[in-house]
Order: sequence, then structure tokens, then C-alpha cells
Amino acid sequence: MKHTISVLLQNKPGVLSRVTGLFSGRGFNIESLCVAQTLDPEVSCLTLVTDGEDKIIEQITKQLHKLIDVIKVTDMGELDYVEREMVIIRVKAEAETRAEILRVVDIFRGKVVDVSPKSYAVELTGSSTKLQAVIDILRPIGIQEIVRTGKIAMARAKKV
Amino acid sequence: MKITGAQALMQCIEEQNVKVIFGFPGGAVIDIYEALMKNDKLTHVLVRHEQAAIHAADAYARVIGDVGVALVTSGPGATNTVTGIASAYADSIPIVVFTGNVPTALIGNDAFQEVDIVGITRPCTKHNYLVKNPDELVATIREAFHIARSGRPGPVLVDLPKDVVNAMVTFPEFKPVRMRTYRPTYEPHPGQIDKACRAMLKAKKPVLYVGGGVIAAKAHEELTALARKLHIPVTMTLMGLGGFPGTDPLSMGMLGMHGTYFANMAVAKSDLLIAVGARFDDRVTGRVDAFAPNAKIIHVDIDPTSIGKNVAVDIPIVADCQHALTAMNAWFDRHEEFSEQAAAEQHEAWLDEIRAWKNKHPLGYIEETDIIKPQFVVQKLHELTGGDAIISTEVGQNQMWAAQFYHFNKPRHFLTSGGLGVMGYGFPAAIGAQMAAPGHTVIDIAGDGSLQMNIQELATARQYKLPVKIALLNNSFLGMVRQWQELFYDKHYSHTDIHVAPDFVLLAQAYGAVGLRATKPSEVEPVIREALATDNTVLMDFVISREEGVYPMVPAGKATTEMLLV
Ligand SMILES: Cc1cc2nc3c(=O)[nH]c(=O)nc-3n(C[C@H](O)[C@H](O)[C@H](O)COP(=O)(O)OP(=O)(O)OC[C@H]3O[C@@H](n4cnc5c(N)ncnc54)[C@H](O)[C@@H]3O)c2cc1C
Ligand SMILES: Cc1ncc(C[n+]2csc(CCOP(=O)(O)OP(=O)(O)O)c2C)c(N)n1
Ligand SMILES: [Mg+2]
Repeated sequence: MKHTISVLLQNKPGVLSRVTGLFSGRGFNIESLCVAQTLDPEVSCLTLVTDGEDKIIEQITKQLHKLIDVIKVTDMGELDYVEREMVIIRVKAEAETRAEILRVVDIFRGKVVDVSPKSYAVELTGSSTKLQAVIDILRPIGIQEIVRTGKIAMARAKKV
Repeated sequence: MKITGAQALMQCIEEQNVKVIFGFPGGAVIDIYEALMKNDKLTHVLVRHEQAAIHAADAYARVIGDVGVALVTSGPGATNTVTGIASAYADSIPIVVFTGNVPTALIGNDAFQEVDIVGITRPCTKHNYLVKNPDELVATIREAFHIARSGRPGPVLVDLPKDVVNAMVTFPEFKPVRMRTYRPTYEPHPGQIDKACRAMLKAKKPVLYVGGGVIAAKAHEELTALARKLHIPVTMTLMGLGGFPGTDPLSMGMLGMHGTYFANMAVAKSDLLIAVGARFDDRVTGRVDAFAPNAKIIHVDIDPTSIGKNVAVDIPIVADCQHALTAMNAWFDRHEEFSEQAAAEQHEAWLDEIRAWKNKHPLGYIEETDIIKPQFVVQKLHELTGGDAIISTEVGQNQMWAAQFYHFNKPRHFLTSGGLGVMGYGFPAAIGAQMAAPGHTVIDIAGDGSLQMNIQELATARQYKLPVKIALLNNSFLGMVRQWQELFYDKHYSHTDIHVAPDFVLLAQAYGAVGLRATKPSEVEPVIREALATDNTVLMDFVISREEGVYPMVPAGKATTEMLLV
């Protein structure tokens, strides 16, 4: 099963390679990985999506926690959380499809961020399922290139 | 007042109570060696290969029960340490390794003798550092020692660029290290202790499965008290030997691939397995689904990743062994439903069953009159040293015979590369041990293949006048591999015959050490006696039966009850 794991770590050189080295060295999967500074410039937040049975996920979280530079590990699956991912899609845009593309982008609340005589680049944010839906719709029109950020996630605040 | 980085390094090592450094110089650490020469508190042992420095520091750490230190130069000096570091990591041994590096300005430039040793050792250290800012030098070194010795111990590497070593730094007063992100759990959860003790109270067929964590935690006394109080039979891993007295009637010796018949049977039939500081290694469990199939499992370990990794656990206890065992002993002292008398009666039938297994297949070998059996040599070593020597081993059959036939009664007397199984560990380890325990008898029980991997250390032993003894079980084979070929590859001895070898007696003499040889059983005792009486490094070449096997043996992937016996 897929799990989204959020890791707070010290923002120090080499920390990312400790995490990725752990995954490759122990044969764990990484499907996507996103990392950037938090409010505290000494701390980074890393969100990763991985796949595995419960026993593997348990090892992954324990092993991550064991890394000296790791502050906190949260398996988002145990919480209610919001997730977002961003994608930029370059799609073939000819006279007869331009309007159709704009309509799709509009429905999914995306934006056109680059235009050329033969293509549009569109930007969309949302859950991974939503992005996949857009991709599936645009594919028959002719997708030329896709860049995705990987997922970021945040636990929802407790509603008192 | 400011001092140089090199001087600060010396002071940091001193304040950690470390007395000995094992090392080998080079351009990148020449300034550190300059400071070392002017230091009169630290002893430096000049090895002849950097790998040996690490094994020696590892053994030193095991014997003193604290951190060992090694110092090497950049590039090849650093890469030569990798095997030793990986071994210390696999065995959870606390060492701090200092490597020199090129000046910070040159890092990343493919400079002369530059390697990314922090990158190379990332997966085989508990943690490692590249110190780029001289102001962080002292704090980093203190953190390195703290990480190495606390929690689950392990090797830490600190990479020191030449300019950092030469920079002027302040030396702040020592304060205990506290880290935001690293706080091992020492205290057990009382609820888990209660559950575990209640399970022990009920068990009819309990077994204590003791590992290296008991030695690391210095918890052998608490463990011995618990076993004796509850009359629970004890088996130890290779790393746990000495954690419980090997000659105690409750001891079943080692379990696992080359464990005793009775230990493996007892685990297989137990109804409660109490694992203390052991990590369910595949050499111990054999086929996992057949390991202790009827037992409830209690697992005490300071490292949560060890728990539930290979075998599902019923009662996990994340804690230091000493704290957990103390809490358990106190629980039984406190609870009226427990009485020692009742426990003895409750386990009587079980101990009888184990005794019957032991009588059926005791640890043994076929004795012969004209050819030396390796097991006989180890038995004689045990007898003539009163079982009190510090024994290091190489890897292979020699290691297993040492484990089986030298019945260790005390912790920190058996030094072996268990997890990585590094041929060439034993002799440098003996040197490290002798530095840690100067008056003690130290013997490397060696194989002919392994010994040749670090034989150059004879010069080190001689230079420091270390009276270490090598008991070479010379079968002219890479014996352990040959044994597998014999049993599972139709005796295809592909590249395991190493009869082309030096004359070990002459070789010892060439180094100024003493060489002795025994070729008949009757010569074994006189040779050992002479060696023990000699105040010099001695190599005893025991020419043993070439195709002797180690038994019992659980073939790889089989259940531990499917043992091949003598
Ligand atoms: C040729 C060969 C054959 C071998 N055959 C066998 C065999 O037949 N039987 C056998 O047993 N081994 C054998 N081994 C050794 C084996 O590979 C492992 O090294 C060994 O079994 C591991 O021992 P351990 O479980 O005690 O763990 P260790 O490696 O000693 O690990 C210690 C455990 O204790 C924990 N710990 C550390 N400090 C503390 C503390 N303070 N408090 C609580 N927990 C702590 C650690 O987290 C870890 O989980 C063999 C090795 C070789 C090379
Ligand atoms: C550095 C290294 N290389 C290879 C091995 C694989 N190996 C394990 S035991 C063994 C044979 C060791 O031979 P020897 O030292 O003569 O010991 P014996 O088994 O004969 O007692 C080998 C090659 C190893 N453990 N370590
Ligand atoms: Mg041999």
C-alpha cells in the first residue's frame, strides 16, 4: 500500500543523501520525494511517497527515525491530512484543439503558463488523483512533456 | 586562549578518557601527528595497515567497555579503514575514526589523495561528519564520542580537512552533550515489564536468548541474576558469549548455525523466548517460520529497528538491557506470586528435557591419536589459561571452534567479527586488546587464510613488545568455504586449497617473534605452555587435520532443528 511520510530534518549538508541512501541500501521504494526549508531555516521538511506492506513501512519509519539528523517522522496515513502536487504539462495545441484545452484547464482550475504557436504549457495543482485525471484527458490531444513536483502533505489542524 | 585544531583534537580525546590511539600517518594528518608527539598523555600505536588500526580500536573498545579511537590520513588511508568500520558497525562497537582530508578549498577538486570518505562510509557508520568550520571542531568531536558510545553503540567518523586542523580555535569547557534529534530510550515502559514478567511467571519452557546488547549494556550480572532466580536456561549468540557464564549448568552455549544441538532444540520447543540485546540474525534463526514456532517472544532492545525486523514479537521492550533486566529482577522481588522454589519446580521437567538432548548430542568431535584436532587445541587453550584469556578470532572454522570449545565465563573476553565476518580481524584485535589489558593473556585463535590478511601486524606487536599469542589452526584450506564445498558442492574444492603458504615459524622469527610448531597431539600442550611462558609475541602453528568440519551445522535456509551432527 502507498504511504505518504513526512520527515522533519536538520538542514545540513548530506542529510538528503542519508535519507536516499537509506532507501536504496535497504531496498525500499521511493515514488516521489519533495524537500524544502520550513519556517525554521535550520529545519527542512521532506515528504516522500513510498509503497510497501505494513512491516516494511514500520521499518522505514523506524530507520528514518534512527538517522541522527532526523527530528520527526510522521506516517500521514495515520492522520487526516491535505496533500498537493503540481504538474506542468506541455500539450500540442493546434487551431482545432486550443479551445478544448483551455476548457479543460479551466474546469480543473489550472493556468496556461507558456504559449507557442504549436503548444501550451499548463500548470495544475491538486491531489495526485486530480492531476492524473487531467493527464488522462489531455493525453489524446497530444502531451509532449510532463514535469511533476511530487507530493507535499500537511496534517489538518484539530477541529476542537 | 586559542589553540590549534590539532591540539584541540588531542584535548578532546583526553577528556573522553581515551588513553590509546591506533593510527598511521600521512600528509593530511602530519599536523595532528606533530601535536601527538608533543602530547604526553596519549599513547599512539603505529599499525602497519589502516584496517588494522580500526580492528585494534574496535577490540580496545570491547575490552575496556568504552570508545576506541583511530587516526588515519586522507585518500588511501581513509579507504583502507572501510572494512574495519563496516565490521564495527555490524557488531555495534563504539569507535571514533579521525581521517585527515585535503584543505577545505580543495574539497571537490579531485585533489591529491582526496576521497569523499564521508560519502563512502555513510551507510556503514552510525553517523559521520566533515568539519568545515574550525569553530565547530570541538563540539563536533564531543558529539561524535557521545553518539558512538550511547544508545546502540557504533562507529562514528570525523573527517578533518588540513586547514581546519591548523586553524586557531577556542576550547570551551566540557559539558555533557545534549542533542535535539538524538535521545535513545534507556528506561523500559513499566507496563511492558509487567507483561513480560507475567509471561515469565507462567512459562513452562522458557529460554533466555542473549546477544551482544547484554555485553554492550554491561548487564551480565543482572542477566545472570534473573536466569538463576527463575531457573531459566540460557543460550547466547556469537556476540553474546560471556554475557552469561558458559560453564554454568543453565548455559546451553551458542545457538544458531553452529550452535549446540540442545540450544537449538530448546529454542524450537520453547513456549517463551526472552531475547535480550539480540537481533534475530539469519545465522541464528535459520528458516524464520520454523524459529521458535510455539513461543511467545519478549524482545528487549535499545534500537527499535531491531524489534520486529526479522521475527514478529509479542512483547517488545525498547530499553537498555541493564535497565530492563534490573526492572525485571525488581518485579520478581516485589511480587508475592513469585517464589524461587516454585520456579525451580515449574521448570524442572523442562531442564530435564534439555539435559536429555545434551546427553544425546553433546558438543564433541572424533578424537584421534596421530593427528591434531582443532577442537582439542581450543580445549587445551581453555585448560591451560584457566578459561580466563581474552580470545580474539579470525573468521571461519577457527572462529566457530573458538566459540564452541572455549567456554567463556566473563563478558569482554571474546572478540570476533560476527556480523561482517572479516577475515583478518583477529590479530589486530589481539593487539588492541593487549593495549587495553596489558597484563592479561591475549590469544588470537586464527585460521591460515585469515591470518595472512593482516600478518604484517607482527611488526606492530613487536614494536610495542606485546606478548600476544597466535594459535594458528592451520588446515592449509579456506576451511569454512571448503566445508560448504564438501557438503553442498560435491567436494568441488574450487580455489580453497591454500597449501602454498609461508613457513609460519620462520615467518614469526623473521619479525623477531617466536615461532613454535605442533604436528602431533602430544606436542600441543608443551607448545601452549612454552608460548604462555614466553614474554614475546608467539605464533603457534598447529598443523591440524585438514578436512575437519564444524558441527553441528544448520544448512543455510533450513530450520535450526535440521542439524548436521558429528
Ligand atoms: C562464519 C560465521 C558463522 C556464524 N555463525 C553463528 C552462529 O552459529 N550463531 C550465532 O549466534 N552467530 C553466528 N554468527 C554471528 C552472526 O553473524 C551475528 O553476528 C550474531 O548472531 C549477532 O549477534 P546478536 O544477535 O547478539 O547481535 P549484535 O550484533 O551483538 O547486536 C546487538 C543487539 O543488541 C542491541 N543493543 C546494543 N546495545 C544495547 C543496549 N545497551 N541495550 C539493549 N540492546 C542493545 C542492538 O540494538 C542489537 O540489536 C556467525 C558469524 C560468522 C562470521
Ligand atoms: C575478507 C573476507 N574474504 C572472504 C571471506 C569468506 N570466507 C569466510 S570463511 C573463509 C575461510 C577462512 O579460511 P581460514 O582463515 O583459513 O579459516 P578456516 O575456516 O580454515 O579455519 C572465507 C574465505 C571472508 N569472510 N572475509
Ligand atoms: Mg584454514
